[in-house]
Amino acid sequence: MSVQDLIRQRFFPHLWCPGCGHGIVLNNLLRVIDAEGYDPYSLCMVSGIGCSSRVSGYVNFHTMHTMHGRALACATGIKLTKPHLKVLVPMGDGDAMAIGGNHFIHACRRNIDLTAIVLNNRIYGMTGGQYSPLSGPGVLATTAPYSSIDNMFDTVKLASGAGASFVARTTAFHVREIQSILKKAIAHKGFSVVEILVGCPTYFGRKNKLGGQVELMEHYRDSTVPIGSKKLEENPHLIQRGIFVEEERAEYCAEYARIIERAVKEQ
Amino acid sequence: MERYRFLLSGSGGQGVITMAILLAETASIQEGLMSVQSQSYGPEARGGATRSDVIVADTPILFPKVTQPNILVALTNEAAAKYLPLIRPGGLLLYDSELVQPGERIDAQRIGLPMYRATREKLGRTVAFNICVLGALVSLTEIVRLPSVRKTLEKNFVPAHHEANKTALGLGVELAKPHSWDRY
Amino acid sequence: MSKKERNISFVQGNEACVRGALYAGVKFFAGYPITPSTEIAEQLARELPRIGGSFIQMEDEIASMCAVCGASLAGSKAMTATSGPGFSLKQEAIGYAVMAEIPCVVVNVQRAGPSTGLPTKAAQGDVNQARWGTHGDHSIIAMTASGIQDVFNVTIEAFNFAETYRTPVILLFDEVVGHMREKLVIPPQGELPVVERLKTSVKVGVNYHPYLPREDGRLPMSDYGGEHRFHVTGLYHNIWGFPTENPDESHRLLRHLVDKLENRAHLLARWKEHHLEDAESVLISYGSSARSALHHVEGCRAKGHRHGLLELQTLWPFPKQLVREKTARARHVFVVEMNMGQITSQVKAVVDDPDNVFLINRLDGSLVTPSDIESIIRVVEGRGV
Repeated sequence: MSVQDLIRQRFFPHLWCPGCGHGIVLNNLLRVIDAEGYDPYSLCMVSGIGCSSRVSGYVNFHTMHTMHGRALACATGIKLTKPHLKVLVPMGDGDAMAIGGNHFIHACRRNIDLTAIVLNNRIYGMTGGQYSPLSGPGVLATTAPYSSIDNMFDTVKLASGAGASFVARTTAFHVREIQSILKKAIAHKGFSVVEILVGCPTYFGRKNKLGGQVELMEHYRDSTVPIGSKKLEENPHLIQRGIFVEEERAEYCAEYARIIERAVKEQ
Repeated sequence: MERYRFLLSGSGGQGVITMAILLAETASIQEGLMSVQSQSYGPEARGGATRSDVIVADTPILFPKVTQPNILVALTNEAAAKYLPLIRPGGLLLYDSELVQPGERIDAQRIGLPMYRATREKLGRTVAFNICVLGALVSLTEIVRLPSVRKTLEKNFVPAHHEANKTALGLGVELAKPHSWDRY
Repeated sequence: MSKKERNISFVQGNEACVRGALYAGVKFFAGYPITPSTEIAEQLARELPRIGGSFIQMEDEIASMCAVCGASLAGSKAMTATSGPGFSLKQEAIGYAVMAEIPCVVVNVQRAGPSTGLPTKAAQGDVNQARWGTHGDHSIIAMTASGIQDVFNVTIEAFNFAETYRTPVILLFDEVVGHMREKLVIPPQGELPVVERLKTSVKVGVNYHPYLPREDGRLPMSDYGGEHRFHVTGLYHNIWGFPTENPDESHRLLRHLVDKLENRAHLLARWKEHHLEDAESVLISYGSSARSALHHVEGCRAKGHRHGLLELQTLWPFPKQLVREKTARARHVFVVEMNMGQITSQVKAVVDDPDNVFLINRLDGSLVTPSDIESIIRVVEGRGV
């Protein structure tokens, strides 16, 4: 099996803008799947709405392109019905954290074995550059022409607090790290959240005068450090990367299988 | 047969709806009659006014609600005040003589029995109060046979409750024995 | 229960719905607690794991409907149940199920609205929402019933229609029927027809098109996790299931979604009729109101008045032809419903003389009574007030 067999080649080139970080994530995701030897028939990808959600059209798995914010809820129905499927859920920051925020925290709480990949470009790209719950104060966007006053979620803290048993963060610059984290996240038995900071040169970079993809890549290189890095002592505003939570905890489908066992026995 | 229209009323937690279901189920499943049970309730899980309607007949029952009962059971003063004006002339009011002091001016036969006190004294608690009322009600109306009611009780409750239910049912029957419903 | 036995019980409408769903082969339920439909969730939470199915209480009504979509695509017969406000929240994913042609059943045990309304009281105000609740042109099947045995039967039919036409089917019950108890007789499995999911016969390795109809119009399915990998989207899509903006394909898709049901309205129509042969006054009703209407009709017949009842069980697609035929000889038509005339307007649109169609309704949360009906009909028929 080669990477070519994992994609629907006729839909390429993809619809993402030049310099968009989503392609980097897709590329590395495919490498992991290929390297780990996952059978594409055992993979299901469920996505919502937004630039990142178009990933599901490009991969040759069982794929469901759902509604804005609802990917995790749909994926929950699939996973409970076919627990043997590996279910991957790529989401944008608005998709996962705003309209899908409730589904996100409850999927964390259930610890259901899905892999949520949050492609965080801090902006709504498909609708043309509005601020998101991960934009943060001071960001310029089409709906924040005087700059955003909204505080942002910290995906890692939110997911950890809500009960996800695997929580990690990396960036589009750190491609080897994307692979090592995704490899663990997909293999993890439980709800995994992988936040990947990706650049949106078209809207976020341009609106905020941060330059193109090269400058955004440099920004992710320079503004992030591995968890617990010494550099944090000098600059506590640096964003930490790595695996924050990796624990074995009761997984929802496994627990439900036990309920079935009990119900069958007791009737 | 004549159509029996029961309006069973009290407050949430007294088991009014359970009593109604048991009565209607006995008629329908054990006696081969037709019956419909419905209820109206408010947002409260406990307290508040509860009402359940049961119609028993030997022909299809279409409109499932009771607008004018010929048998009214009232287990609180509030319920009695609210539903007494609805009772049909010649109807029967069965109430708990300890919990309810019904008004005088009704054109129906009134039978007050100390069912609540009797249940408490005999069983030490009042959980089966509704079953005691059911016993009295069945005894007075003779709409279903007692063995049929016992079957329904056994079917619907876990074995741990069978003895108390049987006792409470018998208690209601005993209390009602000296009385009879003098229908028009 | 043994395979041959008839199971006789005394149950609520909500439980009869559960029994019907189990008879039809439901394997997945996702829901959120709401009065007056909660008993459906409670009973399926107990029953589904016993047969190896799945029950999940989701974080909200939206998620429940989404999970149902996912579960159905993964191969299970799936359903959810809700009431008024929850039905509003589900509309987004109901639209998705329409667009992606996902078989599923959505129960709405109606209560009085709008908004929180009267949560424990009866109404039939969601008839139009069932038809038009989700955005965009589409068609849908909605059914109802007036008695416990009918709730059971109609629920099975709803699953059968959902599978046959790959569509969400709405069951519009109401508080009265949902909570009322009557005798239910469950026939042995096999006695009533149950439509199983039509699986594709396309072999492994051969291209499977999830939206390529067979000659009879049906769309065979594959499951997520099955032998074929395929794509499903809420966007306009081609026979592969992939997004398209091609005008021809877009047009064809929408026509297909509408026509597959609207052109089969006569096949989807389910109804009951009483004394219609010579009826001068035809009553049309559905759900719990139909019980009051029939009560009135039987009373009238006993007095020699020629009244009859057409009880609709399929509300959408609206059975136009049926209503036209059954009212053709009527001097007056009375529609009995617990709303401001949602079916009345449909009836008026299909009869020759809409001025002869009268609404008899009740809006206070209680069941319309036979005397409500009698008092209006007397006036219209000129029998005095």
